[in-house]
Amino acid sequence: MAQTHVVATGVEARVASGIPTGKMGVWWFLASEIVLFGGLIGSFVMSRVGSGGWSEMAAHLSVPLGTFNTFVLLTSSLTMVLAFAAAEKGDQKGMRTWLLLTVLLGLAFLIIKGFEWGSEIGAGFTPMAGSFWSFYYTMTGLHALHVLGGVVVNSILFLSALMGLLRGREHRVELAGLYWHFVDIVWIFLFPLLYLSWTKGGI
Amino acid sequence: MSARVEVEERVSFFRTYVFSIDHKMIAKQYLAIGLFWAVVGGLLAYLLRWQLAYPDTEAPGWGFIGPEFYNMLVTMHGTIMVFFVAMPILLGAFGNFLIPLMVGARDMAFPRLNMLSVWTLALSSLVLLISFFVPGGAASAGWTGYPPLSAKPIYTGVNWGLNLWILALALEFASFLMSGINFLTTPINLRAPGMSMFRLPLLVWMQMTAAILFMLSVGPLIAGAIMLLLDRVAGASFYLPQGGGDPLLWQHLFWFFGHPEVYVIFLPGLGIVLEIFPVFSRKPIFGYRPIIYSTIAAGILSFTVWAHHQFISGMDPRLAMPFSVTTILISVPFALMVFAMIATLWGGSISFPTPMLFALGTLAVFLIGGLTGIFNGSAPVDIYIHSTYFVVAHFHYTLFSALFFAGFAGLYFWFPKMFGRMMNEALGKLHFWLTFLLFNAVFIPMFLLGAGGMMRRIANPMQYEFLRPLQPLNTFATIATILLLLAQLPFVVNFFWSLFAGKVAERNPWQANTLEWSAPSPPPHGNFDTVPVVYRGPYEYSHPSVSEEWLPQDRPTMPTATA
Repeated sequence: MAQTHVVATGVEARVASGIPTGKMGVWWFLASEIVLFGGLIGSFVMSRVGSGGWSEMAAHLSVPLGTFNTFVLLTSSLTMVLAFAAAEKGDQKGMRTWLLLTVLLGLAFLIIKGFEWGSEIGAGFTPMAGSFWSFYYTMTGLHALHVLGGVVVNSILFLSALMGLLRGREHRVELAGLYWHFVDIVWIFLFPLLYLSWTKGGI
Repeated sequence: MSARVEVEERVSFFRTYVFSIDHKMIAKQYLAIGLFWAVVGGLLAYLLRWQLAYPDTEAPGWGFIGPEFYNMLVTMHGTIMVFFVAMPILLGAFGNFLIPLMVGARDMAFPRLNMLSVWTLALSSLVLLISFFVPGGAASAGWTGYPPLSAKPIYTGVNWGLNLWILALALEFASFLMSGINFLTTPINLRAPGMSMFRLPLLVWMQMTAAILFMLSVGPLIAGAIMLLLDRVAGASFYLPQGGGDPLLWQHLFWFFGHPEVYVIFLPGLGIVLEIFPVFSRKPIFGYRPIIYSTIAAGILSFTVWAHHQFISGMDPRLAMPFSVTTILISVPFALMVFAMIATLWGGSISFPTPMLFALGTLAVFLIGGLTGIFNGSAPVDIYIHSTYFVVAHFHYTLFSALFFAGFAGLYFWFPKMFGRMMNEALGKLHFWLTFLLFNAVFIPMFLLGAGGMMRRIANPMQYEFLRPLQPLNTFATIATILLLLAQLPFVVNFFWSLFAGKVAERNPWQANTLEWSAPSPPPHGNFDTVPVVYRGPYEYSHPSVSEEWLPQDRPTMPTATA
């Protein structure tokens, strides 16, 4: 029995609230992501306050590398905004350039982070080395996975822009941008919590 | 016939039944997954009840059970019933089927995301199924998976079973996060012209609230599950005290999700009942807006009650008081909804077809479940009944009412819309009365067992001197369980017989008002002939200006004087 397959969905969709449907979907997704990282950060803070010896551990992280990586990620947020601004003006070439730069900066962040992990593990600070390190690898690892996801999405956008498939669908740059800024903001919380909140001889 | 045509047909078969993006087919896929797991969960219940009534004997049809296998049975029974039966049926099946139809949309806002979510659940089901067959068997650290028991394979003797359990849950959560995006975006953005938020059927409000609760509470548990997995496989120390971790952390993360999760399951069940009562009372719902406000209030409060599961866990006892207070407080909005339901019935011209019987059954059973919750919520009483069969009886009275009574009510009610045929009334009524009586026969003894001190997580009550006099109650509950499972046979027969040979259903067999009844039975892909225009709220029954007792939301004739 052949079923007629009327593809009528979505095309004539109404936007009853005035917020574009795609954007609303991304916002709900980000809401659940906030709670995911919120739970992790909350657990970290509670455990940090409740037990001693973490200052000593946190002191082993490389603040210069972390700071530089923060700078890299913040810059990539800027290039993402510029890509969206170019897309809104209909400047396809500008959009492509800024998207490519965003992808490259995201990759740079991951490479630097990987280098940090390598040197920490080399110094014996593996996830098994205690609760601080368990949290450190889980939090930065989950964040890195999110960065990787963003890099993939932005690469797809860049490639489809290159093939001319993005024409008329430039709003997708904005949706990817929302996610990318979210990933950036998460790092803004992780960086001071993990790298900076310790004192010599503190708990 | 050329080969080309055949290929096209095959593709369309595949697209229609397997990789469908139609919300109604996806709903049926969820229903199939849920019913499959319900059979598995029911069989596990039979085995674990057998062990409790006749400890360490051969269960008919299976064989020897014993304590280790018993631990696996209770763990998997809980996991399956909550995550793989209740959520796929109450949210996956009813939410997916009804939300677009009720708001007057042609499909969900993101149909492909919808397909991805049901297939993620299928993958998660597969992982869970595989976990039964790995060396060491399936997870056996309780459905709550408390560390340190769950944090090291050596403690339960289960290694990959529990790892796969965590993976299956993570996939299940991902699946319902994707659903949640659709459940929220669709009613907000794809409402038909004239369908304001306060003209939405209450079921849509309940599904939306459930979706928000799920999406805003599951994050910490996902984080917690990652941490648990790392403790198990990478030697991390989040929950193990010897490495500086804290086992209580898991309990907080689990119940911060776990308690809202109760309402994630319960609210859609309540929504089904609230749709059915006005139809068969021929009366408008009592207090439409107060019910919505109560739902929202209950949703917000549900984030503040989690530690009432942990009164004797070793957390700071000063926390018991605030969590007791919020727990008692959350009974207020639910009491209000129960009163609204009773007031809806009051003075109505009530008829009793099968869906109405199950809806009334939900109310009766939930009343007992809700009232016994107040005992558990007050810390001083809870210290006595914590982790006894009183708690087991309590949560079965709440969740069984939402999942089975409300679920069956919804299935009997919307079956004509889903499959285009009516179910058999005589078999349906038989199913209801047997289920209702036997359910109580299973769980009332458990209140007594719990009050008598029987602990929740023991495989052999006969080992305890003080429990031996109570053993007849255990035997009684087990026999009732077996009969309760057999009582589902009329439903199985009815379901499959009606699917192929039931009376063909018209568009609006129950003479109801909401939009899904304006669509053909079953609705085609795209749902409506033309997108409906909505003129009024969903519960205008027995309106004085029309001769019929019902007044569909999309009927254009305005009542005369009252504009």
